[in-house]
Amino acid sequence: METTTNPDPVTFARTPDTYQHWKLAIDGEIARLTMAVQEDKPLRPGYRLKLNSYDLGVDIELYDAVQRLRFEHPGVRCVVIGGANDRVFCAGANINMLATSSHAFKVNFCKFTNETRLAIEDASAHSGQKYLAALNGICAGGGYELALACDEIILVDDGNSAVSLPEVPLLGVLPGTGGLTRLVDKRKVRRDLADVFCTIAEGVKGKRAISWGLVDEIATRSRFADAVSRRAAALAAASPARSKRGIALTPLASSRDGDTIRWEHVALAIERDKRVATLTVAGPASGVPLDAAAARAAGASWWPLQAFREIDEALLHLRHNEDEIGLVLLRTQGDLVTCLAVDRALAEGAGDWFVDEVRFFVARVLRRLDLTARSFFALVEPGSCFAGTLFELALAADRSYMLADNDRPVAIAVTPMNGGAYPMSHGLSRLAVRFQGKPGAAEDLLAAPRAYDPTDAEEAGLVTVVADEIDYDDEVRVAIEERVSLSPDALTGLEASLRFPGAENADSKIFARLSAWQNWVFQRPNAVGERGALTLYGKPERPAFDFRRT
Amino acid sequence: MQLHEKIPNNVNLSQDKRLLRALEKWLPDYLRWWGEAGPTDYQADEIYLRTAISVDAKGWAHFDYVKMPDYKWGIFLTPPEPDRKIGFGDFYGNPAWQDVPGEFRNALRRIIVTQGDTEPASVEQQRLLCNSAPSMYDCRNLFQVNVEEGRHLWAMVYLLHAYFGRDGREEAEDLLERRSGDVDKPRILSTFNEPITDWLSFFMFTMFTDRDGKYQLYALAESGFDPLARTTRFMLTEEAHHMFVGETGVGRVVKRACELMKQDPNEDVRGQGGIDLDTVQKYVNFWYSSSLDLFGGEISSNAADYFASGLKGREHEEQFGDHIALHGTYRIPILDDGKMAEREVPLRNAMNEVLRDAYIDDNQRGVDRWNRMIKESGIDYTITLPSRRFNRTMGIYAGSHFDPQGHPIDAEAWERRKYEWLPKDSDRAYVQQLMQPVLEPGKMANWIGAPDRGVKGQPIDFEYIRRV
Repeated sequence: METTTNPDPVTFARTPDTYQHWKLAIDGEIARLTMAVQEDKPLRPGYRLKLNSYDLGVDIELYDAVQRLRFEHPGVRCVVIGGANDRVFCAGANINMLATSSHAFKVNFCKFTNETRLAIEDASAHSGQKYLAALNGICAGGGYELALACDEIILVDDGNSAVSLPEVPLLGVLPGTGGLTRLVDKRKVRRDLADVFCTIAEGVKGKRAISWGLVDEIATRSRFADAVSRRAAALAAASPARSKRGIALTPLASSRDGDTIRWEHVALAIERDKRVATLTVAGPASGVPLDAAAARAAGASWWPLQAFREIDEALLHLRHNEDEIGLVLLRTQGDLVTCLAVDRALAEGAGDWFVDEVRFFVARVLRRLDLTARSFFALVEPGSCFAGTLFELALAADRSYMLADNDRPVAIAVTPMNGGAYPMSHGLSRLAVRFQGKPGAAEDLLAAPRAYDPTDAEEAGLVTVVADEIDYDDEVRVAIEERVSLSPDALTGLEASLRFPGAENADSKIFARLSAWQNWVFQRPNAVGERGALTLYGKPERPAFDFRRT
Repeated sequence: MQLHEKIPNNVNLSQDKRLLRALEKWLPDYLRWWGEAGPTDYQADEIYLRTAISVDAKGWAHFDYVKMPDYKWGIFLTPPEPDRKIGFGDFYGNPAWQDVPGEFRNALRRIIVTQGDTEPASVEQQRLLCNSAPSMYDCRNLFQVNVEEGRHLWAMVYLLHAYFGRDGREEAEDLLERRSGDVDKPRILSTFNEPITDWLSFFMFTMFTDRDGKYQLYALAESGFDPLARTTRFMLTEEAHHMFVGETGVGRVVKRACELMKQDPNEDVRGQGGIDLDTVQKYVNFWYSSSLDLFGGEISSNAADYFASGLKGREHEEQFGDHIALHGTYRIPILDDGKMAEREVPLRNAMNEVLRDAYIDDNQRGVDRWNRMIKESGIDYTITLPSRRFNRTMGIYAGSHFDPQGHPIDAEAWERRKYEWLPKDSDRAYVQQLMQPVLEPGKMANWIGAPDRGVKGQPIDFEYIRRV
């Protein structure tokens, strides 16, 4: 079994001055994010990024830009996503990259790109940064998925440029995964027309694209730039102004010591032989800024922002570079009281643009955790500080274990921040999800926010297992060993099914389908078998399908 | 007159209600397009044109005076071959499709639309040329090429109307909506958006660019979709004339240059108002390299798919031994770290290259005939086709630089030397100022030689255009 460290890990830290594939230009309330993919700079060797097609490297830069626009340029009210290539906006995900990637890489690639598209929708919904897709040419597959994530789509009307989702006829896989849901749920394209659209490899152009609801506006080539500027100005004007000054998202520092990566507040320790990782988050130190102005002055180093940026990096590293680590143990260390003070600052600072952005960001990182296909156990032990915002980690975990030891007291705390500040993909708070079967229970807990010792926590149903000092170590050890022995595929399905009780919405449908369908399609012989459509794409043979339906 | 009487055809048009209805709507739009985008003048004049009135030996080349808007564009397919089988690809040996296979409907439509789009494009590109024709004979040939390109558009539109339902009708409308060089509605392939404003370019276009069309038609003439194969086979009978116009046109410029060289002690052709051989060579370099781009990428998944699916074969597929071509390979020279190296690729992915090979050989035969003419006139000069890597903007050589012999050179050397090889603005301006119309029967502009013979046995000073 392969157990060595990946010699060439994927990294996620980027800065605009090092972007290879995007150009970001800010002009007052309007930002232009231009896709100018460099063919010869793929993330991994072995394929060329022709026709503005993208790979994970391209999307990591997009993710960075979307994030930065919110924190560094809060004055921006509209972001125009355009293409630098004359006749092609974007050909979608690079097929040769997909065809040569492992199953896990493909699925995690789809997941990350969809999270980035959701981050665009999140920026529009919460920060009033409206996105306008300016499709200056052919827009296919993942390129159209990107457009679908925007608030409005303008397509050049030159008799040739079309939007398309050609994955089914060309590749035997699903369109951008989120593409289908966005088509019918977000844009409300009639489902029969969507069905036709998704089987036409060359797509739909011009007036038909408008009448089917696939785009909002078309403009001739000579009027295109004007039309884009006009729509961008209108979108910007319709969105309320916020602060003009942002904070700098400075790079995170980390160091590696054997199999442990340490950031300032977060450490990720890998135990390769056990296939277990421990993610430890240090709570805020005393003296952390508590009012909004001071928090803004601290900027990227303000504890909640920095700690959750570090958690985000750790999660992405786990997903993309450590695919044999099946179980992540979540630990916290720190002072419960300081933790609660910061939590209060986050609650009371609501309305301040920066505090709001931090809250939205923490919510996105927690959703990334919910959507990570690994088991999570929270270990609530002496010295831990699972309070309010950090208690969300325990609520997100598949199980939690709490030590009850009279000599070494330990407590968790529920605060108003557990009441919906950090909604899950389907819009519910983790506390509400936890008590789906006990109507009113979450509300009762939130009405009287407080700390819980092990006995109270068990009684309130806030942890899975409470064990005393005699049993705890063994109980936890057995649980870990048992967990890592189970089928990872079954666990992925199990966890994804259990984590999201309650009604669905478009976001959660996108991810449910992504986790389930693409995981399925990407390993079926019709896609990746010896004669599968994805395997043979660009090769001289045509695919052979097993025509039996399940 | 009934529509089906206006449109000579061998597709039983009068019985096909659906096709009739589609054409009834399309025909007025087509005539409007011809009026807007066809030759700028001479529409009311009588031109001595060849019109296809049937597919048999006599009928495909019927000569008479006709006003261009009254030209009978017509729909002709070569007669069906009984029990025709698919000649290549994964469906080799299966009966040819008489109807569009659903699986390949979109791909076929794309192929037909892309081919169809080039036909009106070239008419649009050439619409101003009649104002600067070097002779009445040449002007008539231009119109012949134009009406036949128009007929080739008809041929593709027939397929779209007859076999592709509403989508096909919409695509047929779009073919009349796009305009060469229009920034808002450009033609699909960029070469067909370049203006052609001088006759040397027109001859180069018909020599080199139309010859690409010929090879595309050859490849489609093999198609497993029988109506496409039969349509393109008939188009090929007309296409030969376009190449004739190009090859003899350039030949006559060359011949005239040789005459002028011998008349002057310094062999100064330009000084005597001719087009010198160096300029001809530069135009060859430009148009030939641009036409090579039209074949598509050297390594192409589309080409592989089209071959595998039996949609687009090789020129004269019967000359090849292996019609499946699944295990064959093709060696392609690639630029690797500044040096040329060879890469072996699956044959199916190299089908564009196989077609390009045949095209190159064909061009070389024409160039050889020019060179024989130069030699016979006692001049020491050889016109050459540059390497297929020279000045390319599509495929694996795009973005790198090569000299005409195909040796890699760096960007600096390219910038420094490219106008040794390609026409510069002053060359184009020189050629452009020679473009003055000469329309007396039998007279030729000073820069071009007379043709060896007239059209269809008529004398050179025949009145090919009767002005009204």
